[in-house]
Amino acid sequence: MSEHVVELTVNGQTHLAKVEGRKTLADLLREDCRLTGTHLGCEHGVCGACTVIVDGAAVRSCLMLAVQADGSEVTTIEGIAPGNGELSSVQQAFRECHGLQCGFCTPGFIVSIESFLDANPHPSQEEILENISGNLCRCTGYQGIIKAVSLAIELRDKAAAPPELVDDGGVVRGAV
Amino acid sequence: MSEHQAAGRYVGQSVRRREDLRLITGNGRYVEDVAWPGTLHVAFLRSPVARGKIAQLDVSAAQALDGVIAVYTGKDLNYEVKSWWQTMIGPDAPQPPRRLLAEDDVRWTGEALAMVIATSRYVAEDGVDLIDVDFDTEQAVLTERLGFDGVAADTENLVHPEWGSNVAASLPAGNPLMPESNPALEEIFASAAHVVTETFNQHRYICVPMESRGIIASWDPYREMLEIVAATQSAHEIRSAAGRMLGLNENKIHAVAEDVGGGFGQKMYPTAEELAVIVVTYKLSRPVRWIEDRNENLLAGGHARREDMKLTMATDSSGKILGVKAHHREDVGSFPLPSVGSNASLSAVLLPGPYDFNQYFFSGQAVFTNTNGKCAYRGPWMMESVAREQMVDVVAAEIGMDPLEFRRRNIIQPDQLPYTTATGLVYESVTPHDTLEQAAEMIGYDAFRIEQAAARENGRLLGIGLSMYIEASPGFGILGAEQVNVRVDYGGTVLASTGTGSHGQSVETTIAQVVAENLGVDFADVKLVQGDTATSPFGSGTGGSRTASVFGGAAKEAALLLKQKVLLVAAEMLEADPSDLEMDLGVVSVAGNPEAKVTLEQVAAMAYAGAMMLPEGMEPGLDVTFRIRAPLFMYSNATHAAIVEIDPASGAVKVLRYVVSEDCGNMINPMVVEGQIAGGVVQGIGGVFYENFVYDTDGNPLTTTFLDYLLPTASEVPIIEYGHVITPSPTPGGFKPMGEGGAICSPAALINAVRDALTPFGAKVNSQPLGPQQVVDLMEGN
Ligand code: FES
Ligand code: FES
Repeated sequence: MSEHVVELTVNGQTHLAKVEGRKTLADLLREDCRLTGTHLGCEHGVCGACTVIVDGAAVRSCLMLAVQADGSEVTTIEGIAPGNGELSSVQQAFRECHGLQCGFCTPGFIVSIESFLDANPHPSQEEILENISGNLCRCTGYQGIIKAVSLAIELRDKAAAPPELVDDGGVVRGAV
Repeated sequence: MSEHQAAGRYVGQSVRRREDLRLITGNGRYVEDVAWPGTLHVAFLRSPVARGKIAQLDVSAAQALDGVIAVYTGKDLNYEVKSWWQTMIGPDAPQPPRRLLAEDDVRWTGEALAMVIATSRYVAEDGVDLIDVDFDTEQAVLTERLGFDGVAADTENLVHPEWGSNVAASLPAGNPLMPESNPALEEIFASAAHVVTETFNQHRYICVPMESRGIIASWDPYREMLEIVAATQSAHEIRSAAGRMLGLNENKIHAVAEDVGGGFGQKMYPTAEELAVIVVTYKLSRPVRWIEDRNENLLAGGHARREDMKLTMATDSSGKILGVKAHHREDVGSFPLPSVGSNASLSAVLLPGPYDFNQYFFSGQAVFTNTNGKCAYRGPWMMESVAREQMVDVVAAEIGMDPLEFRRRNIIQPDQLPYTTATGLVYESVTPHDTLEQAAEMIGYDAFRIEQAAARENGRLLGIGLSMYIEASPGFGILGAEQVNVRVDYGGTVLASTGTGSHGQSVETTIAQVVAENLGVDFADVKLVQGDTATSPFGSGTGGSRTASVFGGAAKEAALLLKQKVLLVAAEMLEADPSDLEMDLGVVSVAGNPEAKVTLEQVAAMAYAGAMMLPEGMEPGLDVTFRIRAPLFMYSNATHAAIVEIDPASGAVKVLRYVVSEDCGNMINPMVVEGQIAGGVVQGIGGVFYENFVYDTDGNPLTTTFLDYLLPTASEVPIIEYGHVITPSPTPGGFKPMGEGGAICSPAALINAVRDALTPFGAKVNSQPLGPQQVVDLMEGN
C-alpha cells in the first residue's frame, strides 16, 4: 500500500505524517498526532463523535481521508478552548448543565456546537435542535446538552471571563 | 434507621461533576486511547449465515499477508477455556455451550469464527478479507419465523444440539418457592366481574453505548502478570473471568476500567471476543487489542427486549384488582449473558409492582434462537412493568374507568405499609400514591382531558399515558455485600476506593460527596478510585442501580467510622473528650472553644508517625473499610406521565410533554439523579418509536448501521419535567436505587399515550415500534 506524506496544522501545531491513502483523518489525529479526544462512535458518518473543524468547517473526521486534509488547519477538542488552562463557552456550559455523562459523545458535540455558534451566534431553538440532532448521545437524553447550548450563547454574549479550572465542589444549583 | 436527610453541604446538592474537566477537554482515557508499545490489533471474521456447518475454513492466504502475525480459528483457541461462568450466577448455573470462536458450525449471523492478529486494524481487516470460508447452510431457528412456541416445540432443529432442546429456561421450574399453579386465582377468574386477557409484545432493541466494546490485554510471562484494560462495568468481573478461563490465579491479573463510554448492561459480563483477546495475549506474550466497530456492536454486542407477555387480570365490579396471571416468553438468542439470559424469575417477583392484589400466578419460557445472544439492558426484567402498565390501561378501558382513577383505586396506600406483595416482597418506604398524585398534577391531567376532547373535535389526536413502577435493585449473591475503603493519608487528604465501575454515572463525584459530607472534610480533598483491581476493594461493579444506594450507604458508614477514629486521635492531641469534638472542612475543634483545634493533616501525622503517643491499644493510622450488607431488594418508585400528539396524515408521533415523579429517597446529587432519569426515558422513547433491530426470516440482520438502527436525536425528545418525592430508605444514607427506572417505566407511558390518542380508532396498540407506518396501519385498522 503506497504511503503519502501529509502536512497539516492541528491546534496551531504543524504535523508531518506518512500515511496510507486509506487512512482517515480521525485515525491520523488519534494515532499519529496522539490526540485521542476525537472519538469514533460509528465510523460511518452518523454519530458526530468524530467532529473536528477543518479550515473553518465542522467535518466528520471518520469520513475524511487524511490525505484530503493535507495542507489544512484542523482544530480538535483539545484545541477548542481559547487558551491553555481555560474552557470554551461550550465546554463551560456542558459542565454547568450536566451536558455529559459518560463523555464519549462530548468532544463531537462541543466541537460542532462551537463551530455552529461561530457561524450563527443567535440561533432559534429550532436551529439549535436541528444542529445538535446531527450528533448522537446515548446517556443524557439530550436534556443537559440542549440547556448547554443556550447557556453557551449567554456566556458568549457576556464574553464571560474564562472560568477557573478548579474542582471546588461548586454547586450548580441548590438542593431540591 | 432512616432519616430524611436535609440537604447538607454536599449531599443533596447538585455539585459539579468531578469527571467533567477531563471529558470536556478531550482528555478522557477510554480503552481505545490506551497505547502500549508493540500492540497487535484484532479483527474477527464473522459468520454471514445464521446456522450451518463450516464446510471450509482456509486461513493460509490471511496468514501469508504482510503484517499479519497470527490467525486463529475455533480449534486453536477453544480448548484453552478451563471454565466460563459469571460471578453473579455462580459456577453451577446452566450455561449454553460456550465457545470463544465458532467451531464446526455457526449458530448466529455475526458469530466470530476466526481472528486475525496484525500490526494494525487496517491490516487485520485485510487479513479477514483473505480468509476462504464456506458453509453448508441450514434453516435457522428463529422466533421471527416460527414464533416463540414454534421454536420451543422444534425438537429436530436445535440451536444447541448439546442442550437437547430449544427451551433455555422455564418457570415454574420445580422450585418450591414457585407453585405450579394457583387454584384460588382460577376461582377468581371464574367468578370475577371483569376478567381481561391481553398479550403485549416487545421488539428487539438494544443498549448501544456510544463507545462500543473494547479491550487491550498483555501477558508478561516473566513478571507473571496479565494486564487488562477494558470497556467494562466491572473490572473485578473481567479479572475473575480471565482467571477462570485460563486457570490463572486472580492475583496474577490486573484489570482496569478507565473512562467507559456507556454500557447500560452490555459491558457487565465479559463476552467471547474479549475473552478471545485475553487468550491470544496469553499465547503470544504481546499486547493485543480489539476495538469493536459500530457494525459489530449492533450485530454482535448483545441484544435485548425481544419478548412478550400474556396477562389475565380480574377485577371486581368497582374496578379493584383481584388477581393477575402472567405468561412471559423470551427470545434469548444463541449465547446470552449471564447464564441462559432469562429474566423471567426477576420479572415474576417484581410484576405486582405498586398494586395491591394477592392472587397471582406467573409462568414463562425462554428459547434459544439462531440470533445474537441476549445481554443485560437497563432494567433487564422490565417486561413486567411494560406489560402490567399497558394491561392496567386496557382493563380500565374495558370497565369504562379512567386509567388515573383505576390506578388510584388499586395502588398500595400509605397506610398499608409495610406491605407484602403477592410475591412476598416487603415494601417499607415506597410512595406510589405520592408520585401518582404529583405526576397527575404536574401534567395537568384533568385539564388535559378537557383539552383532548376539544382537540378531537378538531381532528387532532392527543393522548396521555401513565406508567408506574417499583424499581428494585437486587442484593443477592455477589450483589449482597459491597465495601468502601476510606483513608486519610499522611498529607491529610482523603482517598476512597470502591469496586464500582462508573460508565457515566458520576460515581467519582457522588461517592466523594457522601464521604466529604460524613467525614467532615472539603469535597476537593476527597478522591475516589474505582474500576481497578489493584487499588479498589473487591466489588461487583456498577449495574443493577446499586451504586448510589449500596456503595453510597457503605461510603457513609465508612466515613462515619473514620471520623470517629479521627476524633479519637484528635482528642489525644487536644487533651479533650472525643465527644466534645467536631470536624468541619477538615478542622477538628472543641465545642465551645474554637481556638482549640487541629487540622486533619496534623491528625494524620499523629496517627501515622506519632504511634508512640497514641493510647495503648489504639491502632495507628486512619484507614477504614466498611462492608455493607444489602437487603435482598432495595426499592424506589416513580410515576411517568406522557402526552403525545399523532399526525393523522403521516402517523408520526410527537411527545409533547413528559413528566417524571420519582421517589429515590435522599438524593446525593439531584442533577445526577435527573440526568439518570432523562437518559433512561429517552432510551424508552427510542425503543418505542425508533429503534428496532430486525432479522429477516433467514436470520440475516438488516439494521447494522446507524442509518438503519435509528437512535433518537435531540429533535425527538421533549423537555423532561421532574418531580421529587423524598422518602428515605431504611438503609444507611437513605438512598434508593434509580439508575434503570427511566428505561423501565417510560415505554408503557408512551405506548399508553399512543393507545389513548388512538382510542377513536378502536386500535389495539400492543406492539412496537410505533413508527409512522405502524401508526397509520393502526388507524386504518390493519
Ligand atoms: S464516528 Fe464519525 S460520524 Fe460517527
Ligand atoms: S454522554 Fe455518554 S454518549 Fe453522550
